Amino acid sequence: MSVRIFIPKDAAALSVGAESVARRIAEEAMSRGSAVEIVRTGSRGILWLEPLVEVETSIGRCAYGPVAPRDVAGLFDAGFLTGGAHALAHGAVETMDWMIRQNRVTFARVGAIDPVSLDDFRAHGGLAGLERAIAMRGADIVDSLQASGLRGRGGAGFPTWIKWRTALEASADQKYIVCNADEGDSGTFADRMLMEGDPFLLIEGMAIAGLAVGATRGFIYIRSEYPHAFRTMSDAIGVAEKAGVLGGSVLGSGRAFRLEARLGAGAYICGEETSLLESLEGKRGVVRAKPPIPALQGLFGKPTVINNVLSLAAVPSILADSAQAYAEYGVARSRGTLPFQIGGNVKRGGLVELAFGATLRELIEGFGGGTRSGRPIRAVQVGGPLGAYLPANQLDTPLDYEAFAAIGAMLGHGGIVVFDDSVDMAKQARFAFEFCAKESCGKCTPCRIGAVRGVETLDRIVAGVEREKNFAVLDDLNKVMTDASLCAMGGLTPMPVMSALRHFPEDFRRPPQRQAAE
Amino acid sequence: MTAVAGWNEEVAREIVTRLVALDGAMLPILHALQDEFGYVDPAAVPVIAAALNISRAEAHGTISFYHDFRAAPAGRRVVKICRAEACQANGCEGLLDEVRARAGLSPDVPGDDRLTIETVYCLGNCALGPSALVDGELVGRLDADRLIGLCANGSVEDAQVAAGETK
Ligand SMILES: Cc1cc2nc3c(=O)[nH]c(=O)nc-3n(C[C@H](O)[C@H](O)[C@H](O)COP(=O)(O)O)c2cc1C
Ligand code: SF4
Ligand code: FES
Repeated sequence: MSVRIFIPKDAAALSVGAESVARRIAEEAMSRGSAVEIVRTGSRGILWLEPLVEVETSIGRCAYGPVAPRDVAGLFDAGFLTGGAHALAHGAVETMDWMIRQNRVTFARVGAIDPVSLDDFRAHGGLAGLERAIAMRGADIVDSLQASGLRGRGGAGFPTWIKWRTALEASADQKYIVCNADEGDSGTFADRMLMEGDPFLLIEGMAIAGLAVGATRGFIYIRSEYPHAFRTMSDAIGVAEKAGVLGGSVLGSGRAFRLEARLGAGAYICGEETSLLESLEGKRGVVRAKPPIPALQGLFGKPTVINNVLSLAAVPSILADSAQAYAEYGVARSRGTLPFQIGGNVKRGGLVELAFGATLRELIEGFGGGTRSGRPIRAVQVGGPLGAYLPANQLDTPLDYEAFAAIGAMLGHGGIVVFDDSVDMAKQARFAFEFCAKESCGKCTPCRIGAVRGVETLDRIVAGVEREKNFAVLDDLNKVMTDASLCAMGGLTPMPVMSALRHFPEDFRRPPQRQAAE
Repeated sequence: MTAVAGWNEEVAREIVTRLVALDGAMLPILHALQDEFGYVDPAAVPVIAAALNISRAEAHGTISFYHDFRAAPAGRRVVKICRAEACQANGCEGLLDEVRARAGLSPDVPGDDRLTIETVYCLGNCALGPSALVDGELVGRLDADRLIGLCANGSVEDAQVAAGETK
């Protein structure tokens, strides 16, 4: 019998050589006459150990990593096909510290299965939620969501069931489910890993949404920076159609749900839901004023549920395992789990799915092991480019929506970016404005003009020109942007700026020569 | 990748005709044109406008809204370098300074028929940065030597392997 070897095809794993490693292992097995079957998977999210190779043995799937092509012959010599000892060995992956300390719900299958094998998906519990949903009334599905406490994982944390109920109660000849897979926030990659590692889970979640609200068509809007995710998602949709999971009669239910994957085109604002809908319709991605809300008048003017990848991917297990089981994870009004993403200057970066309520420190130090550079942590940006910069003394903040709001920060999509003490926070604040100026949709003045003025004002402050006066200008500017912007692009850009100023004032008051010399 | 066939009106019309029936056909059409030609020629504007029954101004306005769509052909090698926060934390700006000093290369300046370097914000590889998408393939843990090599049409796979060997 041949030995099964699992090697990720996830883009992050490929970025550090997984393709060459897979080829070397196949060649080496061939030349040694060893019978192996190589299965390409998603990534477990233990990204600092990528390429991480797993071998199926009697004691479980033994992990080796990071494996380089030059290590392969040595691994064979060490008997890795039977779990042999080696400097790169980590034991059975299921027993690795990084894995056992997590609450893997949404990411339970990612890295374990062949992403485009529907048989694998079913064998690991896939489609149980959809089968349940077929036997339920739409209103009961919505009730389950409400009981689960699920809130939108795209950033705003809005209760998912409210959107679904609104769309369910709307009457229209056509309704849509739209998945927001624009994942533009720096420091985030959970949507990408899910689409590359378990695309059927997203398909299942969207089909359930379709059945729940009476929508027969869905779109997944995937950013163009994710060509691998787009390919895997498109392949999986094709497989699901052939197998009757999607199409005119979902799993033989007699009810239709069809799905298309669409590519974005490099605009951060198209992650904002109304801009995304404009873009899907084929227009400039300009933000719409609300009301009307998308649940009533969304895509092509029809009732539309628009949710983030992780919100939709959480739904199948809520139905399959019960809403209560999901709600048991978490704290206060943040129920369930969030796949956190640890990146930037960190020793052990990757994806960690945890119940809400753990602290930033547990993630950054416990999982992340501190900075990659070995220097002290100085700042952490949580929640993407519109999220706050936090100083090291706020690392004990619990990871829940309200606790973050209370310190003037936000969890957003769960991205955590670590900076060491070489960071210049005035530069980071300037970048926040620069990014907003570049990515603004241009519809409203506070954002379009304010961001440009913000860059100029910060430049004057750093150059030492009329500092106090310009701090006052900055303050006004931030107030106007916060209060008068149409969407959170302009409305939240002050968050990284003001948090940098609040926690790291010394970086804005350096003697000007230093900056001038740069 | 970017096989950069020269602009061909007939091929463009075929692409538009094939996709025009899609709901919201604009972006799929633009992507297909750029995949074919490496850019979206201004000559495509009237073709698209007529097919989608919109004004030329509207078609042009939509194309120019999106960073992805180029108005001029790209080089044979396209390097999209991430300059967002997580890659900043891993020194992407210093890396670009070094590449500028040593090789005279900068992002977002007109290239030639060999090379196009563009800024992007996040490639979803934030734990293994600095990162770039090179001819559609993701490369992590870039350093100046590897980035310069990639800009000189060096092997993507070698750069990925070297990234994996970086501790
Ligand atoms: C500037 C901006 C960018 C956004 N980018 C994204 C994104 O990339 N992905 C996402 O899911 N939501 C993004 N959002 C949030 C969406 O507008 C919306 O809240 C979300 O898609 C709703 O889904 P959820 O309720 O499942 O979170 C963004 C919002 C703003 C203002
Ligand atoms: S805040 Fe900025 S991005 Fe949002 S609608 Fe206004 S101009 Fe557009
Ligand atoms: S910030 Fe560079 S890949 Fe995410």
